[in-house]
Amino acid sequence: MTYMEKSVEELHELLITGAVTPKELLEEALQKSHEIQEKYNAFITIVDQAEAGEVSEHVLSAIPYGAEDLYSTKGILTTGGSEALCDYVPFFHAAAVDRLEEAGAVLAGKTAMDEFGIGTTGTTGYTGEVRNPWDSSRICAGSGAGSACAVAAGVYPFALGTDTGDSIRKPAAYCGIVGYKPTYGMISRHGVFAGVSSMDHCGVFTRSVADAAIVVDAMKGTDIDDMTTWDTSDVHLRDALTGDLKGKKLCYVKELCDIANYPGADEQLKAHLANFMEKVEMLRAQGVQVDEVSVDRALLEAVPSVYLVIGAAEISSNLGGITGLIFGPRGEGRSWAELMKDYRTKHFGSLTQRKLVVGSYVLQDENQERYFRKAQRARRVIVDTWKELFRSYDAVIQPAGTGPAKHSDSALDPHTEGTEALEDAMLIGSFGGFPSITIPDGFVEGLPVGMNITGRIYEDEDLLNIAYGIEGMMDYKGRIAREVK
Amino acid sequence: MKYKAVIGLEMHCELKSNSKVFSRSRNGYSKLPNSNVCPFDLGFPGTLPSLNKLSVKQAVMMSMVLNCKLPEYMLFDRKHYFYPDLPSSVQLTQNTLPVGTDGAIEIECGGRRQTVYIHDIHLEDDAAAMEHFEDTSVIDYNRSAAPLLELVTQPCLHSAEEAVAFLEHMRSAYKYCGTSEADTSKGQIRCDVNVSIMDEDASEFGTRVEIKNVNSFGNVYDAIKYEVRRQSELKAAGRYDEVVQETRRYDEESGTTQRMRSKENAVDYKYFPDPNIPRYRLTPEWVESIRKEIPRLALERKDLYTGNYGLSEYDASILVREKEISDYFEKCIELGMDPKEACNWITVNIIAYMNKNELTIDEVFLRPEHLYFITENVKKGTISSKQAKEVFFKVLEEKKEPSAFISKENAQISDEGELEGIIDGILAANPGEVEKFQAGKDKLFEFFVGQVMRQTRGKANPILTKELLHRKLGR
Repeated sequence: MTYMEKSVEELHELLITGAVTPKELLEEALQKSHEIQEKYNAFITIVDQAEAGEVSEHVLSAIPYGAEDLYSTKGILTTGGSEALCDYVPFFHAAAVDRLEEAGAVLAGKTAMDEFGIGTTGTTGYTGEVRNPWDSSRICAGSGAGSACAVAAGVYPFALGTDTGDSIRKPAAYCGIVGYKPTYGMISRHGVFAGVSSMDHCGVFTRSVADAAIVVDAMKGTDIDDMTTWDTSDVHLRDALTGDLKGKKLCYVKELCDIANYPGADEQLKAHLANFMEKVEMLRAQGVQVDEVSVDRALLEAVPSVYLVIGAAEISSNLGGITGLIFGPRGEGRSWAELMKDYRTKHFGSLTQRKLVVGSYVLQDENQERYFRKAQRARRVIVDTWKELFRSYDAVIQPAGTGPAKHSDSALDPHTEGTEALEDAMLIGSFGGFPSITIPDGFVEGLPVGMNITGRIYEDEDLLNIAYGIEGMMDYKGRIAREVK
Repeated sequence: MKYKAVIGLEMHCELKSNSKVFSRSRNGYSKLPNSNVCPFDLGFPGTLPSLNKLSVKQAVMMSMVLNCKLPEYMLFDRKHYFYPDLPSSVQLTQNTLPVGTDGAIEIECGGRRQTVYIHDIHLEDDAAAMEHFEDTSVIDYNRSAAPLLELVTQPCLHSAEEAVAFLEHMRSAYKYCGTSEADTSKGQIRCDVNVSIMDEDASEFGTRVEIKNVNSFGNVYDAIKYEVRRQSELKAAGRYDEVVQETRRYDEESGTTQRMRSKENAVDYKYFPDPNIPRYRLTPEWVESIRKEIPRLALERKDLYTGNYGLSEYDASILVREKEISDYFEKCIELGMDPKEACNWITVNIIAYMNKNELTIDEVFLRPEHLYFITENVKKGTISSKQAKEVFFKVLEEKKEPSAFISKENAQISDEGELEGIIDGILAANPGEVEKFQAGKDKLFEFFVGQVMRQTRGKANPILTKELLHRKLGR
């Protein structure tokens, strides 16, 4: 086992005792980065010029990590996965990067992603498709494909991502690792390119719940530059991990998880849901109460379109500032309008352009009530439904997605009718700003799958502890991706 | 005029604060372009707004000045348009829930009082300033994200005079409240003007034309005059259908308005609530504490000065033109001075001195306490009113307390009889010098002055001394 395949706490121990030096760690991370880049195209920038850190008492000191390329990094290219910003070098760090730097962690790579974090496949970034380290004919899901790939492949113990729909939690599941999106506003978004501001969350990919707790402990807290941050000084995620699930009440939604909802289900979906139900039984056997609850199916089926409308609207607004006037390769034309049009037409990917058109359409005065405001009301109803569940339950669990990683050629994937609600159910965690985490919970057809656990807003300690307890009952923690073909 | 003009105003005023309304960079006029900017002001990716509490306070204050209805909480909307002066293509403003709605304020125009009705007042951020040259344009982002209050009146004004009177009134209110420097020469006030005309007895408004970005009150006046004439002439000629709902701009050089865009090309700003600024509740306690800080405004003070203090309309107007002068005056009254006397001192002497030396009243060394002290001494008979004036200027010149020039020992000898006695004695004691002087030795004049000063230990009024010496010496 190489160093970079170990957990943060193990590495800290080795650094403190002098068994390994910061320089050795960084060199290994960089070397592995180049290897993984060859195979899976996971990076936009490998920070070869990074300087090895110094060992301090902080558990993250001298630990190399990666950040999705949506995080502004001072003096280091930050493209957001877009050709439109292929030459943009910020002169300030994102707040989260600043805090990790204070803790002593070492930024070793900027990972590839869907353009501006918009896609869900990890294939739409301007640097090309990110391949899955378990099976390179498959995708990692997006947008945080590169970060998920790097952590799963053992490049470093953690990498930052952003989660707007399920951009951390889905790739984590596809790559067999942990993906944690804390409560909205727990980590400052300052310096992180905006996608859907009302749902954008900073978060982290790790190979264990404990590592996720450690990293978010270091990044969280109020920030003068982000008014949506809240005071987390009483929150100590790592310290709260006991694994004790006594008295915890969990639930899963029948309309999502019951195989009976999917007549004509393919074998893969059957295996995926069976794996989930096996884990439910495992929990029950351990004395944890897990109830089946029922939610109006129409509500669940509305989730993808609600996300499309609100997401596209906010994206179209947030990308308004990418005009090629102040940064980016300037467009051509005889007027400012022509410059902007030329630049945005040339350099935005087709998915991004599609979102801009949809977003612009649903925000138009004559359409806003019919689409945007209606979607906002639907979002509220969905969130309230989940809040109602949280009155009785500590967390809602579900299988992450409809199965293991999909192929880049979607024709190779089985498809069962009526699975859209399940595929996109993790979006509900983003709608409500609920803390939500995906942990690996088994294998389907030799590929990892995940369980998603979503908890009450502001109760991240409780949620992580539940995840930690469940993780402890299984044997998937700390796995490194190996090609299974 | 044959038709009635209907005018509505949009007045944008830049607020005074240390930092900008949504960012940490300095909010202030600077001649050096792009010197007060931070990543947010330039729309750098990932930057977020941080709301300035002072700006909110000022907005609440002005909302109350306009007697508007306050919302329960502050909410900001995104307004979208593409233009190089708006780097993020998003302006944060208050469309859904302005800081003030349905207000009314009394103004004075041509000696008449009238009520101007306010549609709303809202807080937003300013855009960058652009300058256009023949084949290039430059952008100065100093103004980007600076706090701006926009107030929108109802279409309740009927002449260029009324429009300007309202703007003057509001400029004064901003200055009195200390919320803005309200200096048009620094571009701190900008207006959009809506103009339509209608038959005197008509009940429906005519076609409304908007004139954008009129940057001085003089231009507002001229633009309205021009636009009313243009529309009236077309209507009179039976060509009123040529007046269309559109946006025009005022061209200063030609004194005309010109078409910018028609209604069909109106921009859809795609407003929606900004998710980055959480709703900010205006607590009743905070609102009340702000209300207490609102000073009495000019018009109210003027009424007080003419009504209670018996000042003339003219004098009262001079006193209230600047809050600092009015405050100075009120301090004098508070100390016990007679209002008319205080008014005279201020309007005649102090303002002249300020103008001559280019000072504000707060920079004038002589404070109300000093003025009070001087006038009290006149009242007690310690000094004459003529001496009072001398002391007044001494205080200003030497920047010393008036007591330095009034106390018994130091008081100037300006009594003609007393000085005459002293001079007579000196001349009698120096007959030789008198003779030489009269024979033409001019320099000796200073000798006599010196003698008088020596004897009076410098207290003799020098002007009077010289006058008396000339008279006595016969040349």
